This record gives sequence, C-alpha cells and structure tokens, in this order.
Amino acid sequence: MAIEHADVLRAAHLARLGLKDDAEAHGYVDDLTHILEMVDRLQAVDTEGVAPLSHPLDATQRLRPDEVTESNQRETFQACAPATTEGLYLVPRVVE
Amino acid sequence: MQWETVIGLEVHVQLATQSKIFSGASTAFGAEPNTQACAVDLGLPGVLPVLNEGAVAMAVQFGLAIDAEIPETSLFERKNYFYPDLPKGYQTSQMAQPIIGKGEVELVLDETERKTVRIHHAHLEEDAGKSLHEDFHGMSGIDLNRAGTPLLEIVSEPDMRSAREAVAYIRAIHAIVTYLGISDGNMAEGSMRCDVNVSVRPKGQEAFGTRAEIKNVNSFRFVERAIEFEVERQIELIEDGGKVVQETRLYDPDLDETRSMRTKEEANDYRYFPCPDLLPIMLDSAYIEHQRTTLPELPTEKRNRFESDLGLSAYDAGVLSATRPTAEYFEAVLAVCGDAKQAANWVQGELSAHLNRENIDIKNSPVTPEQLGGLISRVLDDTINGKAAKQVFAALWNNDGQSADEIIDAQGLKQVTDTGAIEAMIDQVIADNPVQVAQYREADEAKRGKMIGFFVGQVMKASRGTANPQQVNGVLKQKLDEA
Amino acid sequence: MHHKTLTELAQGLKAGDFSSRELTTHLFERIERFDGDINSFITVTRDQALTAADAADAARAKGDSRPLAGLPLAIKDIFCTQGVRTSCGSKMLDNFEAPYNATVVEKLEAAGMISLGKTNMDEFAMGSSNETSYYGAVKNPWDRSAIPGGSSGGSAAAVAAGLAPAAMGTDTGGSIRQPAAFCGITGLKPTYGRVSRYGMIAFASSLDQGGPMARSAEDCAHLLGAMAGHDLRDSTSVSRVVPDYVAELDTPLAGLKIGLPKEYFGDGLDSDVESAIQEAIRVYESLGATVCEVSLPHTHLAVPAYYVIAPAEASSNLSRYDGVRFGHRCDNPADLEDLYKRTRAEGFGDEVKRRILIGTHTLSEGFFDAYYRKAQQVRRLIRQDFLDAFDQVDVLMGPAAPTPAFDLGAKKDPVSMYLQDIYTIAVNLAGIPGISVPAGFAGKRPVGLQILGKHFAEGQLLNVAHQFQQATDWHRRHPADQETT
Repeated sequence: MAIEHADVLRAAHLARLGLKDDAEAHGYVDDLTHILEMVDRLQAVDTEGVAPLSHPLDATQRLRPDEVTESNQRETFQACAPATTEGLYLVPRVVE
Repeated sequence: MQWETVIGLEVHVQLATQSKIFSGASTAFGAEPNTQACAVDLGLPGVLPVLNEGAVAMAVQFGLAIDAEIPETSLFERKNYFYPDLPKGYQTSQMAQPIIGKGEVELVLDETERKTVRIHHAHLEEDAGKSLHEDFHGMSGIDLNRAGTPLLEIVSEPDMRSAREAVAYIRAIHAIVTYLGISDGNMAEGSMRCDVNVSVRPKGQEAFGTRAEIKNVNSFRFVERAIEFEVERQIELIEDGGKVVQETRLYDPDLDETRSMRTKEEANDYRYFPCPDLLPIMLDSAYIEHQRTTLPELPTEKRNRFESDLGLSAYDAGVLSATRPTAEYFEAVLAVCGDAKQAANWVQGELSAHLNRENIDIKNSPVTPEQLGGLISRVLDDTINGKAAKQVFAALWNNDGQSADEIIDAQGLKQVTDTGAIEAMIDQVIADNPVQVAQYREADEAKRGKMIGFFVGQVMKASRGTANPQQVNGVLKQKLDEA
Repeated sequence: MHHKTLTELAQGLKAGDFSSRELTTHLFERIERFDGDINSFITVTRDQALTAADAADAARAKGDSRPLAGLPLAIKDIFCTQGVRTSCGSKMLDNFEAPYNATVVEKLEAAGMISLGKTNMDEFAMGSSNETSYYGAVKNPWDRSAIPGGSSGGSAAAVAAGLAPAAMGTDTGGSIRQPAAFCGITGLKPTYGRVSRYGMIAFASSLDQGGPMARSAEDCAHLLGAMAGHDLRDSTSVSRVVPDYVAELDTPLAGLKIGLPKEYFGDGLDSDVESAIQEAIRVYESLGATVCEVSLPHTHLAVPAYYVIAPAEASSNLSRYDGVRFGHRCDNPADLEDLYKRTRAEGFGDEVKRRILIGTHTLSEGFFDAYYRKAQQVRRLIRQDFLDAFDQVDVLMGPAAPTPAFDLGAKKDPVSMYLQDIYTIAVNLAGIPGISVPAGFAGKRPVGLQILGKHFAEGQLLNVAHQFQQATDWHRRHPADQETT
C-alpha cells in the first residue's frame, strides 16, 4: 500500500509532530514508502484463521488489591516539570 | 408530521474504589491539586499500570445486577489522542472486548407503566484530569488528581422515546449503582456524567434519523432540558428543509440550549489497539458466582416485594425503594413497629417533610429509624394519639429525648382512656357552656354532627391533648343527646 | 583490574587485593582517559559511586559477602535512576532527572552493586548502530571507524573498552545481543516477563526486556539472578521462581541437541561471520552436542511484522512527551497545538519521528487490519516456528547479525539498517530468551554466536554459553587502549 503526502501530514497531525516545511514532509513520504514496501511482504502470507498475538506469553492480567499505597509526592514530581503554579501544571489556554 | 424521538445514553459512573484503576493513589474527592496524582497517574517515563481488583468486582456486580452477559475474557485498549488533561496521550479503555456484555434495565415510568431498556455493553476505563480555566498568567492549570479514577461506562441501546424515559433510565442506573454501593452517584461532584444521543424520525419510520451527541450532562433536570431543546431544534430544522448533522453538542444550562462543539470536531482517529502493558482479564465462573453472593436486594426487587409482600401501594413502594438509604430507613422502622402502612406514612410524611424543610439527607436524619419505629409502636398500642405523636416526633427531631417513651413520660402525653376521668372532664365542659349546650340540643341531627366538634375541642384542651378523641366523641354524644 | 570478570573482581575484593574504592576510582580514571573518543557514557555519577564504594568496603570489612556487593556496573540511560539524569538518548529528556528508580536499578543496588553512570544509546532505543543518540555516536572500541551496535551501544562499548565490568541493557529487537556481538562481549536477553520493566522507559511494551551485558556467561548468570523476578508494579512480569542460574552453569553438554535454523545461514550472511559460527558449532560438537538443521519458515516476515508492531506501540508510548509534566518544552508556545507540535518536533530526532509516523499511520482508520492485525497474526506464526523447533532440539544457534559491525555512517537508508536485525528480531516477537557470546573475529571486528532457548530457559542458555567459554577464550580478548586524541 502506497503512502501519500496527505497520509504523512495526517499522521504528523495525529501524532502532534510539527513539520518544518514541505521538504521535510516529502522526506518522510520517501522513507515511509520504503519502510511500508518492506512491511508489505506481510500481505503475501495467508493468515486466515490465525488469532492475533498481542503478548508473547499466554498470561492473564493479575489484579492488585484496592488499597491506597501512594502518598503525596507533588513536590518531587513537579521538580522536573517545565511550568507549574499553585500545584498546577500550566499549558497554553485550553479552549472548550 | 408526527415525530418520534430516539434516545440512547452513555452513562459514565465513577466507581467508589479507594484507589485508582491502575495505581495505588487515592480517589478521594477535593484534595489539593495534583497531591493525589502518583507517578503512574502522571504518565512519567517508565511507569506501568496494574489493574485494581475493586474496579473489576464492581463492574461484575453491575453486570450481575442488569442480568448481563459477562464474557470470560475482556481486554484493555488504548484510545489515542492529545489533550492536556490526558497525561499519557491515550486513555486506557475497552472497545472490542468490554468486561460487561448485553443486559437490560427495567424502568418504572409511573404506577402502571414499565419499560425495558437494553444495555449494549458496559466497559471499564480511566478518567482524565481537569483543566482549570481561571487565568494563570494567560495559561490554563492542569490538575491530575482525577486522572486514573475508575469509570464504568454504561452504553444503552437507542431504546428511549422521550426525555421522561431518558430521565427514568438515568434514575434507574443511579438507583442500581448506589444500591450496589459501587458509586456514590453524586452528580454534582461528577460521579455520574451522561452523554445523550438524540435523533428524531417521522413516526412509523424504521430507520433512525441522524443523531447529535450531547456531551457531559450532569443532572437529571439538565438531561431532560437538553433533550427537549435538542428534539425541538432537530424537528424545526428538518421541517424548515434543513438536515441534522452528526456532531457533538454541549448543553448550556444558563441559556438552556445545546450548541455545536464543531470547532473541536476535526476528524478524530483514536487508533484503538490492545494495551501492551496490560494482559487479558479472565473471569471464571467461580469468581462471578462469588460476586453474585455479595449483591444486595436491588431496587426493582425491593419495589416488587414492598408491593406484593408488604401490601404497599405502587406509589409508596416506588418512593420507598427509590434510594437505598430511604429503603433501608423504612425497613428499619418496619422492623421495630411491624406495621408497613404506618411506617410508610411516617417516612413519607412527617419525616420527609422535616428532612426536606431542613435539607437533610435521610442518612443523616436526627430521628433514627429505631426512634421512629418506637414512636409508631406507641401510636399502634393507643398509648398516644395522633396529635401527641406529632409532638413526640418534634421532640425527637430536636433531640429533647432519647426515645418516644421517654418523651411521652416526661411530657405527660400518655393518652387518657380512663372513662371516669373523661366523664368528669365532659361534665365540666357541659356545665361551663350552657348556651352552646342549649343550641346543640335544639339543632337537628345534621347540624349536631358539626357542632359536636366544639365540645370535643374543649375536652381535648382540658386534657391537654391526652384524651382519646374517639372515646371523648362517644361519651360526649351520649351525654349531650341524653336530655 | 579492568579486564577482569565480575567473578574475578569479587575474588579480588574478598582477598583484599583491592578495595571497591580503588576499583571504582580506577574505572573512573579510565573513563576519563578513554571515553572521550568512545563516548559510551552520557552521565557519570562519580561522587555517588565513590560514596557507595566506601560503604561497600565498610560492609565487607564487617563480613558482607554477597557475590555482587561492591562491584561496579554501568546502566543504560533508559532505566530511571532517582535524582540522576535519565535521558533515553533524547533531547526530549536531556533535562529529566527521574524522580524514582527502576525496579531493576533497585534490585541491583540492593545486591550491593555500584552504578558508575548512564550509558549512551540510540534515542528511545530506536536504532541498531547507536547513531541516533542525541549525545552523538559511540565508537566501537575494537575499531573506531565502526559502530558499536545498538541500541545498547554505550553499554557494550563500555564493557568492551574496560570502562565497566558489566552493564545493563535492554533488548526490543536485538538491542542487547547485536551490540554484544559487535563489541565482543556476552549479552543476554531474558524471556519477556522475566525482568521487570517498571522504570525502564518504554519503546515497544510487548517486546522490551532488560538484561545483563558482561564479559562472561557466568557474570550474566550472577546479574540475571539479581535482576529477575516478579514485580507487583509490572503486570507483564511473571511470578515464577528465579532459579539459581550460577548453579546450572556446570551442567555437561553431552547429549545437547542443537538446531541450526537454515534461514539464519542463507543469503546475505558474511562469509567470515559464517566461518566463525561454524567453528563455534564444531566446538559444541566436541563437547558432546549433536547438531541438526531446523527451519523457522516465517523468518523473512519477522522484520516486516516488527516494523508494524514496534512503531505502533512506540507511537502510543511516546505520546506522553508533550512538554507538560516533564522533559523538553518549546519556548513561548502560542497555543496548545503549538506546544505539542513544536515540543515534539524539537525534542525527538529523525528516527524517532519516522517510527512515530509509521506507527500512527498503520494504526489509523482504514489501515489497522491490513497492518497491525496482520502483523499480530504473523507474530503468532513466528512464535509457532520457534515452539515447533523446540519440539526437536534444545537450543538454536546461529549468528547474532549477518555481518560484523559496519562503518559509522555506512547505513543511510533506514530499511537496510532495519534488515541488519534479521536474526534477532523474531526472538522478541516470540518472547523467548537469547544470548550472544563472542565467537571470533571478522578482520578486527568481533563476531557473536547467538543461542536461543525456550521460554524461561535462561539457565540452560547460560550453561551452554558458559561451557563454550570454558573451551574457548574469545571472551577474554579485549581491544587495545587508545588515548583520546
């Protein structure tokens, strides 16, 4: 399956990756085209009736007891934050 | 043209776990910003989710309560999108294999009309944080305390046909989750939030119309208003030759209208895929059966039992089973006094009037069910009359005594049933009111019936309310009619 | 001192030949002298290490005889280390001092080990040459014009150059085994779930696994024993008893059945690499093992399936780098969109962006079934290949990579770089363990023999590798020191 310029722009937007200019987008079209050509080998194999495998082990989810184990570490966690005030993380105005 | 409204609801119920769905941080409401957001909730590099057993148990209990299919395997997936209140850039949710499958909820629309709404599925997911829009140097503030709070999203089929049915449905869900104790159901604090899908179609038409989704409606009343506005808007639009667009709308309670959120409505593509940090959840029948043993009696069961076993009217049964605290209060009163009708009257009458007046929740009633039951018992055994009973209730409400008996003794409210004493009081009243007695005796039977009230009042006053009114009435009639 | 194995260093400490402080100081001196050119470390934690070394010396004086106590190691910069920069090789986390320790870091510290610092790596572990690091490429200590392999290139180079006796790595598609092979050291990727991933910055969650890199299989056995085990903070870690890996090392190999996957000896395999591997197989035969050919028929689909699954998981895992709670944030964002787009455009390098874009594209509407679902189905076929092969043989052997380390800057095209991982990638898709052991040279550049085992057969792999190292001395070779110019 070919990938087009518009697909790259769409993926870049969904992934919130800023692209400098059209040349950068074109570069990705070329790279991704090559990668997807290689990936397209998958299409040749018959997988009819094969269940998808998400995890290498056939394990099931372990549950933890409903207990509060964490205490307030706001100061520690916000020490590495780019912008905070009054305990809040700051972002440019959210418009609803 | 006759129009039919079609409504489906997605109700997000915040589950009443102690800790979050994937972390050990507290879910308590109202903490200082970000003091209950641990490394996992913040999505710090390297952290991993571990599923809370409490959230799973609560989801299963809900499934059992709506008689739903509970699949052996369910799966968490990631819903990918960017938003500042979503720390990881994805919400861990369920899509292809939810924990609860098809079920149904019975709505009681009025005393005679009931309706079954089908549930499509219910799934577990994590809540997001909150954006605070007050001005922080031109920025928004993000509080992630709520991030990771477990939600059960209950998705109905489009089975409702009016705002009234939609409200009845939300009330039914509210009753189930609060009965189960899996949510506090506090809509003001956001413990229950609804997305309402509304469309209209010409009556008789099979195919659904195009629907609009009204997001995040947070009260029973707003659900009703939002639907009513939206239905009217859609009908007007179509009748004017327009078309309903599939979109997300927001209900504004101040303007009492819905409006398009189209600005944010860019083609979203959530790229759901199985969360690789979590493994499939397996629920075996032993686990499910164990959860079944923890279920309390549910609202519909209670309501039916109140009607059939206790002989209450459909109305009384409905009111008394509406919330678990009310039902529990009523049943505790009944356990003490043994008379369902009296218990129902007192809970819905005197108690409810007092609670409403002072805006107190029945859980915090100053009069305990044991006290009220004791009071009713004294009415039933004729220790006090109805008037005195109200006095005793008021005294209990004001904490002027520990029990009805104590107050009856202290205030001398015990009903006088001694015929000699009553006769003496009556003789005195007859002697003191010769004019009225003469008038009475001249009147015909029909007038006498009305006039006797004056003498009863005088005797009751003389007894300070403690005389048995029926007894007073009988003896008076006899004595007045004698001459 | 700097070419000794952990086991030998432990004996030296015990005998009083040197102290932890002397050993640690010596290694820091070597890092200072030689790492300028190699560039294997991103961050060196000298003060903390010396304090820990003094504590270890004091404890030893009081009778602490734990096998790893007082021994230094280097930690790949993908593991969170509290209060120490944890960059993941990215500008995005250049300013990130982790507020907590990875479980593995805690476990190794609890065993008494001393961290020398954090090693260089491909950005977010995405690469096979260590050239995608924000902190610059790492040079192969055997040949400075060659790459050290990746993504755990810094860890491999540090051990090979005698700057650290051992290091922690992670392996998502070969990132422990391939650099171990290229740098002539021993590196083990454990079974998925054997080692906790908590605090190990995620690349592709269903493939990532941490493991030891050291001078011998015996050292890896000691390290794995300390690292492995169930972690309540990692749902995918397995609650199985951790065996005594050291005790298993001496099991004789007579009767061992070795399978050679014919797909691992086909076109594209460098002839020098092939002869080194064949020579190693002969050593095994001499130790009493029997050898037969097996087939892993879906091998050619491993790289394609991997380049759907890994980028898909990565695209989601890397969404958290949004400039809000930690890490890089662009200057003066105009609005939210600008904050996200500029932060991520500035913070991530090209290879990371490329993989985020592929992953986003293949997961998006209309493509999901053809790519992601298909790749997951193929993943099951690939795992089944291994399960079938292990019905016939005990272990599989082959080269860790089709060529020795290639030249720095040689592979400009991403796909030709990806295809380098043809022998290592399927192992991660299947979740089985694999180890690379030094098995000779192609010219100046080392060759690694890869041994693969059944799920949770780490003990057997370490035993098979150790017996080889008892019979050969490839693992004792080391490159000549070369002063920074």
